[in-house]
Amino acid sequence: MSTTNQNSLLRFTTAGSVDDGKSTLIGRLLFDSKSIFEDQLEAVESSSRKKGLENMDLSLLTDGLRAEREQGITIDVAYRYFATPRRKFIIADTPGHVQYTRNMVTGASTADLALILIDARHGLVEQTHRHSFIASLLGIKHLVVCVNKMDLVDFNEDAYHTITSAYRNFSVRLNIPDIKFIPMSALLGDNVVENSANMPWYEGGTLLSHLEEIHVGSDRNLQDCRFPIQYVIRPQTDEDRDFRGYAGRVASGVFKVGDKVVALPSGMQSRIKEIFIGSDPVDRAFPPQSVTMTLESDIDLSRGDMLVRENNQPRSLQEIDAQLCWMGEERLKPAVRYIVRHGTTEVKSTIREVLYKVDINTLHRNEDDKQIGMNDIARVRLRIASPLLTDDYRRNRTTGSFILIDPGTNLTVAAGFIN
Amino acid sequence: MTQDYQLNHLDELEAESMFVLREVAAQFERPAILFSGGKDSIVVTHLAAKAFAPARIPMPLVHIDTGHNFPETLEFRDALADQLGVQLVVGSVQATIDAGRVREETGAQASRNRLQTTTLLDTIEEGKYDACIGGARRDEEKARAKERFFSHRDDFGQWDPKQQRPELWNLFNGNHMPGEHFRVFPLNNWTELDIWNYITREQIALPSLYFAHDRNCVVRNGVILAHSEHLPHREDETPETMRVRFRTLGDLTITGAIESDADTLEKITAEVAATRITERGGRVDDKRSETSMEDRKKEGYF
Repeated sequence: MSTTNQNSLLRFTTAGSVDDGKSTLIGRLLFDSKSIFEDQLEAVESSSRKKGLENMDLSLLTDGLRAEREQGITIDVAYRYFATPRRKFIIADTPGHVQYTRNMVTGASTADLALILIDARHGLVEQTHRHSFIASLLGIKHLVVCVNKMDLVDFNEDAYHTITSAYRNFSVRLNIPDIKFIPMSALLGDNVVENSANMPWYEGGTLLSHLEEIHVGSDRNLQDCRFPIQYVIRPQTDEDRDFRGYAGRVASGVFKVGDKVVALPSGMQSRIKEIFIGSDPVDRAFPPQSVTMTLESDIDLSRGDMLVRENNQPRSLQEIDAQLCWMGEERLKPAVRYIVRHGTTEVKSTIREVLYKVDINTLHRNEDDKQIGMNDIARVRLRIASPLLTDDYRRNRTTGSFILIDPGTNLTVAAGFIN
Repeated sequence: MTQDYQLNHLDELEAESMFVLREVAAQFERPAILFSGGKDSIVVTHLAAKAFAPARIPMPLVHIDTGHNFPETLEFRDALADQLGVQLVVGSVQATIDAGRVREETGAQASRNRLQTTTLLDTIEEGKYDACIGGARRDEEKARAKERFFSHRDDFGQWDPKQQRPELWNLFNGNHMPGEHFRVFPLNNWTELDIWNYITREQIALPSLYFAHDRNCVVRNGVILAHSEHLPHREDETPETMRVRFRTLGDLTITGAIESDADTLEKITAEVAATRITERGGRVDDKRSETSMEDRKKEGYF
């Protein structure tokens, strides 16, 4: 194993239930990349034996909470890590049932890619539609459809093509530009890490080689310059008496020293004087870097403000049209003034109108039932107490997303996607 | 040309952690860094220095001193606080015992690991800290794998893993009632190997305990423990000199060493990359039961 010092990071998400082979697939990726350690393996073996299982139950590796181990289910998002000599991977592994939609949405929110598992014997099922729709809603640009358990259909090429064409028909309704299909048997290892000898008709690469090679850097928006100010650094020491640094993470676009920028909402103009990562000066900043910028002129900027380019500005909106995924245990209440957290700002809001609810299995719009409860996905109109600097979620995952916080409980009750 | 705008994974992890640290400084009134003297909290402190440069880290380092720490850890702690010009706050487990708040464990298995929780919660209450930043990572242990970046604690300092707030994108919800606090874990997505690669890249100074050295040790239940006055002595044990280093730094009484010749960062990183046992595999405190970390975390442990 290499020390993977200079490789990029790929975050991907999986969703699935107990028996679709997801744990086996992840187990194989971890196991074959030597990311499971001996003492972890011993602990899983001994727990599996205690539960009377014949084979090792790899889900015990990350189903770490007492309740999860007792009930044999993943309740929460489980993050798993593995690395190959070529890349480091973070898996956000989520339960696949409809009552865990909110967990799937959470796991998918930071992912570059989603794995969709299909059992070759059963073809597309409700869960396939649900997972695919969530990936599309969350703006994931790469899907890998793993047609699994090929060993149980005698590695039959026609069975595989029937499924891929059914999926292609379904996926025209999705907004996902890159969809890749791989026939595999996670149990036997065919096309996971090693090429399959049982499916000579398949000419593509293995899942792992695809994950290692896929290029996601260009998914980042490098056009629209957005720098939300997170924190203002003022050392007020003798050597840095006049230093005023604007700290934040580049949401999108490329900022260079000398660039003309506009501060929003004030509209004041200036130029970038310096950019630092820690104490090291750099000549440019791009997403997702955390940097500190100083400006040529002394303008008043604070947390919640944004640096942008004059000819490319976000929309300043007080009425927002958005999709919500409801996460709270209590239903949406029109009378509550939910707090919107958007980027580095927090403001009050009211939900003016629920337009429709989406059936997450069929994508059907329901305009009759507008009661929004946990795991529901709905399109709404919000009124915000003061304008937010926004972009479409499809164009910008940072300036297009928000969460709603219940002011009575402080709990996060919804995720929002700005249209 | 877009290849130019590709970060390697250490840069990306660093950027994420710096974002989390700045978010803490912006969202909370009285944040603190829980500093154990171990490599992870040293990396957190290094990242904080980067996140707020050229200003000083705008929060104190809080250390819970069990009285059973390695002397090397304490020396290192004092020197680092001094060098960074940050305030150091020490909560003493001995003082908690002397005040009768907790009773010391006895017997050959005795450790002060669990007692720390009371001292930690007392120190948090006294300092009125509303956010305590720790160096825990999700890859360390299965209960820690469920942690959020911003993890809520009720007014008794307790963690409720079933009632965790969903955490989407990079939108961290630190809203809370008076008396409640948050634990924050900027290193959540780092692995042990990432930590060592980063320490090597950034040339971060570490306590000498991490590097191979000769030490008097006893081997107990397969775990190599440092021989010291704090380790309850057993009749059948004879300390012997071994060439060892530590992969994690907890108390003298519970932290297992490994036999190693790795005396430079490069050698340690190579050793970590090749090892087949997790770093907490040598921690006696994790071996008390299958869910001992979850149980301690619910009470308010690190």
